[in-house]
Amino acid sequence: MIELRYFARFREELGAEAEQIEIEGEHRVGDLLADLRARGGAWSRLFAEDQRVMTAVNHEVADLSTPLKDGDEVALFPPVTGG
Amino acid sequence: MRLHSFLPSPAVDAVKYIHIQSEPLDPHYEVDQLRADNPTIGGIVSFIGLMRDINEGDKVSRLFLEHYPGMTEKALEKIVDEAMRRWDLAGCRVVHRVGEMSPTDPIVVVVVASRHRKEAFLGCEFVIDYLKTQAPFWKKELTEGGERWVDARVSDTEAEEKWRTDELSDN
Repeated sequence: MIELRYFARFREELGAEAEQIEIEGEHRVGDLLADLRARGGAWSRLFAEDQRVMTAVNHEVADLSTPLKDGDEVALFPPVTGG
Repeated sequence: MRLHSFLPSPAVDAVKYIHIQSEPLDPHYEVDQLRADNPTIGGIVSFIGLMRDINEGDKVSRLFLEHYPGMTEKALEKIVDEAMRRWDLAGCRVVHRVGEMSPTDPIVVVVVASRHRKEAFLGCEFVIDYLKTQAPFWKKELTEGGERWVDARVSDTEAEEKWRTDELSDN
């Protein structure tokens, strides 16, 4: 089980703040994004391959090749705009 | 951003302070806190990011800042640690506001102290450039046309990229 968290525009457009999902076998951030994209609707649009999506695993910035394991907290968010 | 053990460690007495708050920011207070009782400091450079009332040509009346509690503090700490590894700094203080704010309000204060000015200038610019592209904060603004999320700027990514050295380019 991994915990997914959505922030800012993603949270609003998906109408979801967090959810728990099961992952099977060897899974990387790129595979997770592909799973979410396959849900259709806002999921496909926000996580389309040409969209800029930032990810973090356990509070560290991640990339498509970052491996996932049970118990991870994975955050998905648009490019950051602080400062 | 990767940290590299072969780079010199920050001075043991270097002061690091990172804080995220919803209360209004007082830049003078932050500068005073960093310099208090530290006679090794020869110069301080501070950057104060302020809320403007115009963005993308539209009048903006309110700003809402969201962050990722837990990760944001960690990301800022990493950026400050990296600045302290690169330059001989006496201290660095980063205070960022979240929640709702109005035009002219300070959004962020970055204060960097060193023995000599050059390192403080470089350290301060480095910290704000990385904060802009790496620290999880998001701005939503209220314009006459309603609320909208602020888009990230390409110029911010370019500003961050100029600091990337060979050691950091693997990330």
